[in-house]
Amino acid sequence: MAIGFILILIGIWGMVTQNNIIKIIIGFSIIDTGIHIVMVGTGYIKNRTAPILDSEALRQNAAALTVDPVPSALVLTAIVIGLAVTALMLTYAVRLHVKTGSLSIDNLKDQA
Amino acid sequence: MAKRVILLLLLCGLAVLFYKTLTGMGPTLTLAPMSQQMVTDAPQTLGSQNVITAIVVTMRGLDTLGEVAVLFIAAAGIGFLLRKEHEHRREMRRDGSEILKTGARLLLPLIILFGCYIFTHGHLTPGGGFQGGVVIASGILLFILSDVSRSVNHSLLSISESLSGFGYAALGIAGFFLAAGFLDNRFLPMGTFGSLFSAGAIPVIYSFIGVKVGCELTGIFTSMQEDA
Repeated sequence: MAIGFILILIGIWGMVTQNNIIKIIIGFSIIDTGIHIVMVGTGYIKNRTAPILDSEALRQNAAALTVDPVPSALVLTAIVIGLAVTALMLTYAVRLHVKTGSLSIDNLKDQA
Repeated sequence: MAKRVILLLLLCGLAVLFYKTLTGMGPTLTLAPMSQQMVTDAPQTLGSQNVITAIVVTMRGLDTLGEVAVLFIAAAGIGFLLRKEHEHRREMRRDGSEILKTGARLLLPLIILFGCYIFTHGHLTPGGGFQGGVVIASGILLFILSDVSRSVNHSLLSISESLSGFGYAALGIAGFFLAAGFLDNRFLPMGTFGSLFSAGAIPVIYSFIGVKVGCELTGIFTSMQEDA
């Protein structure tokens, strides 16, 4: 979980300090990954196994042997949404590159 | 300079906040009551060996339907933004090497088969529709990279994507009439626990999701490759 928090900080630093749009998107992905690690970390219980009940012993007392399945299910959703958002951002970057010929945010001006 | 100082202060503040959260939370020792209910109930009532799949497909199925819709909207937005209006920009691209071409031809069926395996066994093993779909799309990406002259049939992609999306929603509505509610999987025979044909409609729903995700991601790859 500590790793996840560190990744979030690195990602924010990257997003704010970089000029290149691609690097900003990479920063966003790092924040995304960090958040996922933190979310999975909240469901982790020491010495327990994944909630896939493939043996009889595991099925009998599942509640005492498995980790929390809810954060994992939430992260599964979050990863897919993150992928969609990243792909859309990269597409905007491609369009910007076609329109302005550069990827630096310094060259962008508000059009009045 | 002032910007850097403000940023540093912000990051330090966040670090303190995160540290307090981390130390204040302590390790989890038992399951929350709701998760406990899910872990004990999912095998009995839903017949799914993988509890996470049971949660994603059935208990929070509406959420997954929304997730698929988000992916579809993103794919549609990318197709719209990268639509063909600069055909002349298609410069000469280098063809793949002999190794890449031969390897891709050998690996493509295996990768697609592996993707199908992942999404049909989503209720038994780690994996499911999204993971299987991504594996299939990665196989097709390898194919696109190896041979620049080939292009993917877009209308076939959109037809199979729409059909699988329709099938997913139709199965959800079938659960409404034949079982307890929307996206309930219990209207198909449950089969024996732990075998391939078990857990009611979960494998069918996940197969639809797998085909849909595979087609959407392939569409994203091809529109990026053709127009960027």
